[in-house]
Amino acid sequence: MHLMKAFEEGMDGVYVAGCLEGECHFLRGNLRAKKRVGHVKGILTALGINPERLQMYNLSAAMGGRFVEIAQEMTERIKALGPSPVNTGQGRESVEEQQEEEEKQ
Amino acid sequence: MIVAEAKPIEEVLAMIDRYDKIILAGCKECVAVCAAGGEKEVQLLASALRTARKTAGREIEIREVTLERQCDPEYVEGIRGFAGDYQAILSIACGVGVQYMAEHYKTIPALPGLNTSFMGGSLEQGVWSERCQGCGSCVLHLTGGICPITRCSKSLLNGPCGGSAQGKCEVDPEIECGWQLIIDRLKALGEFEARFVELFPVRDWSTSRDGGQRKIVREDLKQ
Repeated sequence: MHLMKAFEEGMDGVYVAGCLEGECHFLRGNLRAKKRVGHVKGILTALGINPERLQMYNLSAAMGGRFVEIAQEMTERIKALGPSPVNTGQGRESVEEQQEEEEKQ
Repeated sequence: MIVAEAKPIEEVLAMIDRYDKIILAGCKECVAVCAAGGEKEVQLLASALRTARKTAGREIEIREVTLERQCDPEYVEGIRGFAGDYQAILSIACGVGVQYMAEHYKTIPALPGLNTSFMGGSLEQGVWSERCQGCGSCVLHLTGGICPITRCSKSLLNGPCGGSAQGKCEVDPEIECGWQLIIDRLKALGEFEARFVELFPVRDWSTSRDGGQRKIVREDLKQ
């Protein structure tokens, strides 16, 4: 729900940071979250929003360096994808077109 | 419970395409338990529909409500005060709820957001299985508490048929043979000899699909 709400509000990309698999304080919480993220990716695809805009990463609180890498990776990913179609109001974005553009670059 | 599942979002979007102001109505009963039409699903679907419309450059106003039940008039009447301000009601209750909306709000289109599937129960979180077809003449006391109408793919009353192999049904090897389950259960209960040798007589299906829409009247409760 919160993920969907973020896209509704116009976020160009969202990433979920969970603990390392097998090390969740809530036992299976991060595995469940992964499934929820997969479900929302399906919804985004149906809505014509590139599901690559939503990602889940697993890292521990002690992995500051990795967090920076992930933040940079997501920033580059979203820059390549451009603004969310929610903000442009120009209709569905084609996943294929996006991939082709990335390949050209 | 009545088990239902969400229609594909594309189908719902096509259904509401000509409307810009709708009510999205969930139900707190069966469809909430099977995670298809409760409060959470109302919020998620509303957000998805608004997002889709923003993407298309054409916004939509959605009033989100989740009624105690959509199969009782007093709860359906709960939206009377504002229903007239909207162009359509998208119900994510079971088919009963959608029809109650249509019956109560005669000038507002009632649209189904779910596919109502069956009467069943949960096997584990996220998995539901059919148990009853509402045939109107229960024989569970004779079949070890396992319904031959539902669990046998052919609804046989004197099974198993020749398609039963290794406890599985010929329709799909994933489906257990209902009659194998019944036999195993009767044996476990020590009732196999007493029950299984007796043939069911020709079934009177008049309580099931005969005579049109079914109705129950309890004079002791009726006002």
